[in-house]
Amino acid sequence: MSGPVLSASGLVKDFGSFRAVDDVSFEVEAGRSLAIVGESGSGKTTIARMIVGLERPTAGTITALGRDRSHPARDAAERRARGAEVQIVFQDPYTSLDPRQTVRSAIAEIVALHGGAGANDRAGRVDELLRLVGFDARQADALPRNLSGGQRQRAAIARALAAEPRVLILDESVAALDVSIQAQVLNLLMDIRDTTGVSYVLISHDLAVVRQLTDDAIVLRHGRVVETGPTAQVLDHPSDPYTQLLRRSVPGPGWQIPTRGAST
Amino acid sequence: MSSLLEIDGLVVRLPVGGAMRPVLRGVDLRLDAGESLGLVGESGSGKSMTARAVDRLLPAGASVDGAIRFDGADVASLRGNDLRRFRREVSMIFQDPRSHINPVRRIGDFMTEAVIAHGTMNRRDATTLAVELLTAVQISNPAERLNRFPHELSGGMLQRVMIASALMGSPRLVLADEPTTALDVTTQAEVMAILDELRRERGLAMVFITHDLELAAAVCDRTAVMYAGQIVEINTSRHIEHDPLHPYTSALLRSRPRIDVTLPRLEAIPGQPLSSFEAPDDACAFAGRCPHAADACQTTAPPLVTIDGGASRCARVGELRGTLHGVDA
Repeated sequence: MSGPVLSASGLVKDFGSFRAVDDVSFEVEAGRSLAIVGESGSGKTTIARMIVGLERPTAGTITALGRDRSHPARDAAERRARGAEVQIVFQDPYTSLDPRQTVRSAIAEIVALHGGAGANDRAGRVDELLRLVGFDARQADALPRNLSGGQRQRAAIARALAAEPRVLILDESVAALDVSIQAQVLNLLMDIRDTTGVSYVLISHDLAVVRQLTDDAIVLRHGRVVETGPTAQVLDHPSDPYTQLLRRSVPGPGWQIPTRGAST
Repeated sequence: MSSLLEIDGLVVRLPVGGAMRPVLRGVDLRLDAGESLGLVGESGSGKSMTARAVDRLLPAGASVDGAIRFDGADVASLRGNDLRRFRREVSMIFQDPRSHINPVRRIGDFMTEAVIAHGTMNRRDATTLAVELLTAVQISNPAERLNRFPHELSGGMLQRVMIASALMGSPRLVLADEPTTALDVTTQAEVMAILDELRRERGLAMVFITHDLELAAAVCDRTAVMYAGQIVEINTSRHIEHDPLHPYTSALLRSRPRIDVTLPRLEAIPGQPLSSFEAPDDACAFAGRCPHAADACQTTAPPLVTIDGGASRCARVGELRGTLHGVDA
């Protein structure tokens, strides 16, 4: 199939008199990944919530695989169809899983809802997903409280993939993880993309993570797009003053604290 | 000459479900007046607990062994006026200003209450100083801000208020526990610049606690890396970043994605970080995840040995020195 798997056009979201998202447009081609970069208040999470249907756009359209999703689903069948198009993994691995449900059962529930095939095939699919995120049998049958933050986040990724989405929204999904665990989860996400061809929409303020995981990037500030382009170009040769400031603010080898007064 | 802060063999245990579990397993540190030290580690490594032990802010029921001396005096035995002076001379900046600044008091009252209660200043002088310090942390209309409540300020502004109020008692040592982690990157850079400049102007010593090794190295003279309740390496920040002497430091530096290049694969550290209470007493705590581990690493707990101007808790540091990779320049 050609054409974008996900596109947004003229997206606007108002909360009362406050405009959180202001005329944002982007496209995600099949198999490519897009970063939505911004700081708090940039509107990046509001965009993620509109894509998955947790918020309704004030204006503009969102289309996944050619189907409009700017309006609430009419019925359960349409909701399920949308679930197979786009899934989301949230930032906080501690609040995004049901505390009374084992990892295996959380994944099995989604496979049953979206799978269709017989019980044996479904069990096989659950095992395949558990293997994909590196869970052994003991971990798979554990409750979330007995898992570490990194393991919970891998469980959330497996559950999201259970619906076989074409697009996976990663809303700061690795931001709360320790450095050594973050690297494991980033490697896992790269492997999953290689095997499944899923597209990522990465919502992040971490430019190094953006560099590692995405092909294209849009930079948001106060709800508006200030820069857009291939990720490497946006980070190596930022043209907008705000993107330049973001880039300068990231500590790294030889980094000096930016001179005072350089920012707005 | 003795150092401003000396920590020797610090062991802290906390009661968990009836048993005493170690959270620090022998921490040794020296900090000179005016020096800045980064204390880096992942969750549960003991970096915050070290600062809390220094500031006597450990949870109830904690048992402490080893010694902490500030300006030559044993911190655990300070009482009365000596303790009050210690509280003025050592101040703490926390990660989340919203949970450490009283939400129902005005900024001005929050900033001045300690110095007024200690009797070191009257209200007028304290208010004048608060205005000066708010100006120093680049808050506009400082006199007017004193009448504001915390909810009227943004997170970045409130963190500046916390820095300003940490300086009210003219401290000699600041313990900054992830002071910029909750802030946006551009705000982090501003707040770091302000903190660094004030620290240098006033000759303050600082322990800067963070999970961000590159940020610590950029800001601090020396950096200490913690793992499972111990310091595994300490050296000048330059050395730590470019010529690490412990495999964990090297692995931590190399597992971060890079902003200047997309890597085919990240050099992730296998396995999970050990908590202090899970760490073995008769083996290197990092051995299970270490690419350089030898048989001896599984049977002996290595001591912190002095080498190349720093110190490393690696049994093989003699062979490995110069071969461990830091960040590529």
